[in-house]
Amino acid sequence: MKIRISDDALAIACGADTVARAFIQAGAEVERVSSWGMHWLEPLVDVDGTGYANVTADQVRAIMAGTTESIGSIAEHPFITRQSRLTFARAGKTRPTSLDDYYASEGWLGLAKAQAIGAEATIETVLASGLRGRGGAGFPAGIKWKTVASAQAATKYIVCNADEGDSATFADRMVMEGDPFMLIEGMAIAGFAVGAQKGYVYIRSEYPHAIAKMETAIAACAHLIAPFIVEVRVGAGAYVCGEETSLLNSLEGKRGEVRAKPPLPALEGLFGKPTVVNNVLTLAAIPWILTHGGEAYASYGMGRSKGTMPVQLAGNVKHGGLFEIGFGITLGELVNDIGGGTDSGRPVRCVQVGGPLGAYIPPSRFDLPFDYEAFAAADALIGHAGITVFDDTVDMAQMARFAMEFCAVESCGKCTPCRLGSTRGVETLDQIIAGKNVEANLALLADLSETMKFGSLCALGGFTPYPVMSAITHFPEDFR
Amino acid sequence: MISLADILAEHAEREGPLLPILHDVQKMFGHVSEEAMREIAHALNLTRAEVYGVVSFYHDFRTEVETRPVFKLCRAEACKARGVEALVPVAEGQTRVKVEPIYCLGLCSVGPAALVGETVHARLDSARLTALLASV
Ligand SMILES: Cc1cc2nc3c(=O)[nH]c(=O)nc-3n(C[C@H](O)[C@H](O)[C@H](O)COP(=O)(O)O)c2cc1C
Ligand code: SF4
Ligand code: FES
Repeated sequence: MKIRISDDALAIACGADTVARAFIQAGAEVERVSSWGMHWLEPLVDVDGTGYANVTADQVRAIMAGTTESIGSIAEHPFITRQSRLTFARAGKTRPTSLDDYYASEGWLGLAKAQAIGAEATIETVLASGLRGRGGAGFPAGIKWKTVASAQAATKYIVCNADEGDSATFADRMVMEGDPFMLIEGMAIAGFAVGAQKGYVYIRSEYPHAIAKMETAIAACAHLIAPFIVEVRVGAGAYVCGEETSLLNSLEGKRGEVRAKPPLPALEGLFGKPTVVNNVLTLAAIPWILTHGGEAYASYGMGRSKGTMPVQLAGNVKHGGLFEIGFGITLGELVNDIGGGTDSGRPVRCVQVGGPLGAYIPPSRFDLPFDYEAFAAADALIGHAGITVFDDTVDMAQMARFAMEFCAVESCGKCTPCRLGSTRGVETLDQIIAGKNVEANLALLADLSETMKFGSLCALGGFTPYPVMSAITHFPEDFR
Repeated sequence: MISLADILAEHAEREGPLLPILHDVQKMFGHVSEEAMREIAHALNLTRAEVYGVVSFYHDFRTEVETRPVFKLCRAEACKARGVEALVPVAEGQTRVKVEPIYCLGLCSVGPAALVGETVHARLDSARLTALLASV
């Protein structure tokens, strides 16, 4: 009998460690693996491929005796079979920091391929894949790499952005905790392709499990990626440090203030050296792309949004978790068919896509396909592809207020419209919520939003107006 | 007992050592004191104001000692969607534990979520939160 239980932070928070201990005490052998990403079922126990959901310690003996109801084969669960798991191919199956498991599942093939075809052909492969940055801006990864590769400098860096600050996102965390070697391999390939000797992974401090797993994995594979070196650096609780230039300042030991661009980090990045800054998911896609070819990756997706996106279903959703799928799937399919609607069983009132800077979208727009261009045309944001589902008890005026409050708390302070405008926005929304001069205050808020949109250096100040104004546009009844 | 000098020595070879030093100082001493800032500034050839500027920028660092256990309750959107705001009165109805907001722990499908030290908690409701607050 082979028992597998995830040791991902989410599984642990749901009680996986207690369940694993109970199995061991009952005499079973337990393998701690990555998470399948079916979060509503955690702790999920895998017994020779058969799944037992929401297991508690007192069910252990019944499971071992085979007298408890299972959910059947985990790999054949519709939530899994409907996905195209490229980046999450190993999810649920391998021990995160086992080099043996990684070797046995196509590990290091991408790096070997890159070394065999050379740096230039590696970048060509990434270009052919159509891979765009998964951190939010959607900039083509291959073009960024090419810029860094052609920069003349003795020292260059690869920086992995693992600051994952957006609410409703956890795919980066799942990669680092579930498949850390894949990310390290992606960074090593990037280093080889652009001629960088050193890589930093900047992980938010809110992720202690990811930090620990990455450090263990880096130590275990240092000899395999040499002469390339990877080091973990830990953030300090500032959301804005996810913005790439703020992140670079933070890595340098400075305040996380956003830098004006140009110069581009690709030319003058960390310590003024040419630097690739890529999101975890961008770098994690690289080994698959090298192993299977750029065209194979580009055969997924739609339009200019190529490949797959690990979509994160979160908030008040029945089937929350990680769903990796080619671009082009509609928002409605994700929320209703796959997510199963709300967890509370009440009607879906809206979703927020793309974290705290993303617009609120009502069900009337659920025909929107997951595609960078389609979302941009609808004044919405794919961002890091987190979807927060809300039921009909949500108060959108409170959510709009929170968007402004979050901006005020997290502003780096460099631009006045962001620093002061957000505080003013909170005050104005407080007036509206209190029913004071509502129409005049709504007009003031619209003006303030325009000022923030056009007078902010980065998307924190520049995009906070989107959740605020979309809430007012789609749910005016909550403001009057 | 590790001293500040040990921490400074350990990070001497790093590029951009300030944040790793501050994290270690806070872990060791519970906060970053005026005196620690002065010593760090001296060791890194920075002004005290520069070090203070960095310490004050980041939410993680505290300059005052916190004697109570700290409980970080996620107040971000996905946890709001799962009902965290209704738990706030429970959290604030006691004073033994210092409850602080945190914005996302990556447990957004199983919120409300919280972080205590390096231990994560999910699926909090009023009863579980009350029990947790009593146990930390
Ligand atoms: C306020 C703000 C926060 C951001 N947070 C993140 C983040 O947590 N993770 C991330 O990868 N990118 C984040 N970004 C985007 C980065 O600036 C940058 O575009 C990205 O790291 C580039 O990598 P990619 O091309 O692989 O996406 C943020 C941007 C802004 C303006
Ligand atoms: S918009 Fe806000 S966070 Fe961005 S640079 Fe300006 S002040 Fe800083
Ligand atoms: S929003 Fe609370 S854990 Fe992400």
